[in-house]
Amino acid sequence: MLTRRNFMHRALACGVLTQLPRLSFATTAGDSRLVLVILRGALDGLTAVPPYGDPDYANARRELAIPQPGGGAGALALDSTFGLHPSLKSLHQRFQDRELTVLHAVASPYRERSHFDGQNVLENGTPAPTAGTSGWLNRAIAALPPAARAPHELGLALGQNVPLVLRGDERVTSWAPSLLPEVEPDTLARLADLYTADAILAMRLKEATAIDALADQQMGTDRATGNAAARPGAGNVARLKLMASTAGKFLAAADGPRIAVFDATGWDTHAQEGAATGQLAQRLEGLDAVLDTLATSLQPVWKQSAIVVATEFGRTVALNGTRGTDHGTGTCALLLGGAVNGGRVIADWPGLGSRSLYEGRDLKPTLDLRALFKGVLQQHFAISTRQLEESIFPASSGSRPVPDLLRA
Amino acid sequence: MIDKNSVIAANRFGLGARPGELEHIGADSRGWLKSQIARSPPAAVELTSLKPSDEILRAFFAAREERKDQRAAAKVDPVQKAGNLIRDALLPHYLAQAEARVRVAARTEVPFHERLVQFWTNHFAVSIDKPICLGIAGALENEAIRPHVTGHFGELLHAVEQHPAMLAYLDNQSSAGPDSQVARLAARRGNGQHKVGINENLAREILELHTLGVDGGYAQTDVTTFAKVLTGWSIGGGKGRLAGGTEGRYFFRENLHQPGAQFLLGKTYAQSGEDQGLAVLSDLSRHSSTARHLATKLARHFIADDPPAESVEKIAAAFRGSEGHLPTTYRALIDSHAAWETYPLKFKAPQDFIYSTYRAFDVVPPEQRALLAPFELLGQRIYSPGSPAGWPDTSKDWDGSDALMKRIEWSVAVGDRLAASRAPLVTAGQALGPALSQHTEDALHRAASTSQGLSLLLLSPEFQRR
Repeated sequence: MLTRRNFMHRALACGVLTQLPRLSFATTAGDSRLVLVILRGALDGLTAVPPYGDPDYANARRELAIPQPGGGAGALALDSTFGLHPSLKSLHQRFQDRELTVLHAVASPYRERSHFDGQNVLENGTPAPTAGTSGWLNRAIAALPPAARAPHELGLALGQNVPLVLRGDERVTSWAPSLLPEVEPDTLARLADLYTADAILAMRLKEATAIDALADQQMGTDRATGNAAARPGAGNVARLKLMASTAGKFLAAADGPRIAVFDATGWDTHAQEGAATGQLAQRLEGLDAVLDTLATSLQPVWKQSAIVVATEFGRTVALNGTRGTDHGTGTCALLLGGAVNGGRVIADWPGLGSRSLYEGRDLKPTLDLRALFKGVLQQHFAISTRQLEESIFPASSGSRPVPDLLRA
Repeated sequence: MIDKNSVIAANRFGLGARPGELEHIGADSRGWLKSQIARSPPAAVELTSLKPSDEILRAFFAAREERKDQRAAAKVDPVQKAGNLIRDALLPHYLAQAEARVRVAARTEVPFHERLVQFWTNHFAVSIDKPICLGIAGALENEAIRPHVTGHFGELLHAVEQHPAMLAYLDNQSSAGPDSQVARLAARRGNGQHKVGINENLAREILELHTLGVDGGYAQTDVTTFAKVLTGWSIGGGKGRLAGGTEGRYFFRENLHQPGAQFLLGKTYAQSGEDQGLAVLSDLSRHSSTARHLATKLARHFIADDPPAESVEKIAAAFRGSEGHLPTTYRALIDSHAAWETYPLKFKAPQDFIYSTYRAFDVVPPEQRALLAPFELLGQRIYSPGSPAGWPDTSKDWDGSDALMKRIEWSVAVGDRLAASRAPLVTAGQALGPALSQHTEDALHRAASTSQGLSLLLLSPEFQRR
């Protein structure tokens, strides 16, 4: 029986796709893998990465404070100031293995408190929420050095649709598990014909068949694993783990994508946030497991891999009236992977005393998230400073790339 | 006589043509649309058996109490119990509300009115991923939105912001003013463990999403002050000091309300109690920023992802000139030239695609599970936008390559199911009329089977767009 993969081969033979000579991925830039995990809803960075050594911490956070290191509910120490939330056990191990760098008091250039504008700024890579319709990762793909270019899509969104950060002129693709049987190649061929006059649908069909062929190759014909996690009621963590393991398999493929994005939601803790245990603690435990799954599936290319975890902004330092936190500013970000120069906390810590807070309520940001993103793109993909500042992150020259993020 | 405008009325403004609908619309497309907004139609029969939100909440609260007692007695695993509680007391209501919504959309003869209902539900989004909203998200649509879709925006806004689903979704029910009776009592008791205070979530989203828009001219201080104004807007029920009102219904809790006049958006609000919030809402509902924000969203939904400035201006002017009279506003939308020019433009969101499929084939799966499954498969489960901003409304948000593959897979399944009873070219003519292209018609002629022909029809560019 014809599979989608065979359809692809046939399509190639018919010249539907342009087959270019195989490029050699000899350079570091061509071998590098990057995954961006966007935590939508504004993660409370003071709970995920508690600054337990700050003398004002316990008082500022009250019932939200994570206990001092030691004991089951205590912070997992990173240094004498910072720890990880006790739910982040596998991340703590990676920190000790020097594969995780933690950044704190970070924020995008956005200084208002709308989730949606905040996510736009995080993703479009400019200081303005409404600037343009393309994302910085798409523009980064366009700026890759020749050795890292390829005839297939290098950007992959895990999910049915493509988030803003990966949208743009550069062709990208998306993938999510399915509950339905595969479609007959004959139907796909007829659709290709039906779409000759509709450029967008034609392009999407081409992208979809290509990534499905790669899915067949990387995951075999067994769609059952995916199906179980796609089934209603399978749970958020199960779905995210599937996204993570799939992302890893796609990125590990020799002729697969190099850059993947997926979302995790549920961080908007306005009420009943909890501390060492509770609602947010459960979410963090899920995130820890998802990142561990991602790392495991990236094993074949782990030494060339970097994973960035970022959120649109942080939350208020003080507890609100419903035992949660409202929208804030500064928060934390994570960088992990076999390529990461880890075991470090990067933070120009502003303190939590009431006079140190941004607008009297939020953690004051001292590091621009774009400096992290720029550092990763520069050191991981050899993208030039000129392109970083002109096309990828316009108006960011004040935020210099963070040096030494990756192993030399 | 069927012309291009009949197709636009049925597919862009409506929910997709059912068999015979294009003939019924005939030459007077605008008249057909305007007749649907003059007044609200009688409640659809599918909606009449749904339980009201207060009854659902009362049953849920009672079940929760009962299980608390059981747990205290038997020490049952609390996580598992919570899951069961939601499954037993809330999920059946969600499924009934979602099913009713789909059945109405699949069969209604006033599809423009129904699309407007859905537009406002998405504008005032709550999402079932917050457990309490699972049982009452559909109730917000049926109780607060449907009765006001052909009234003034101010009435709609008032009804929505006091609905228990919105108060719970945006965490306002326990928000307490710093000088409220409850907060002062807590302070006297020195009870640091149980801090009471403001939650600004509802205030922010009313300004940002429901009225002025994010660039509508407000600051963080306006958000914080407005949150104080809204303290006390709560849900009845509770125990001890917090007992009051009718359990499960909107209730203004004087003892949570921040006393005193408040200054926001350049104006002093000296009213006391609930009237203060109502006065702010009333001003917001007629604000010129609100007019622009709503006009932009309406034009984006009905005309194009990048709505033409001229249409937006005309719709906003109609809203301002009528102090937010919605039928007047909709008429400006209908009379907007751009809405009738380039067609099709908008890529259908998954819900639109599924509704229009059910309508084109005049088929609605009898079984609840089968009826709702495609919404999940195609990535747009009913009442689950996942954020207070609602589902996104541009092509780029829905036209991912994997999203297309999912539509293909589902269309193939639908084609298989209906091959014995439908003919591709007949349905194509009924659903698309003169919008059916020669290229697609040829493809349907050449299809290898009836099943494949039906799938190709659903996947054709003219059926995927509206």
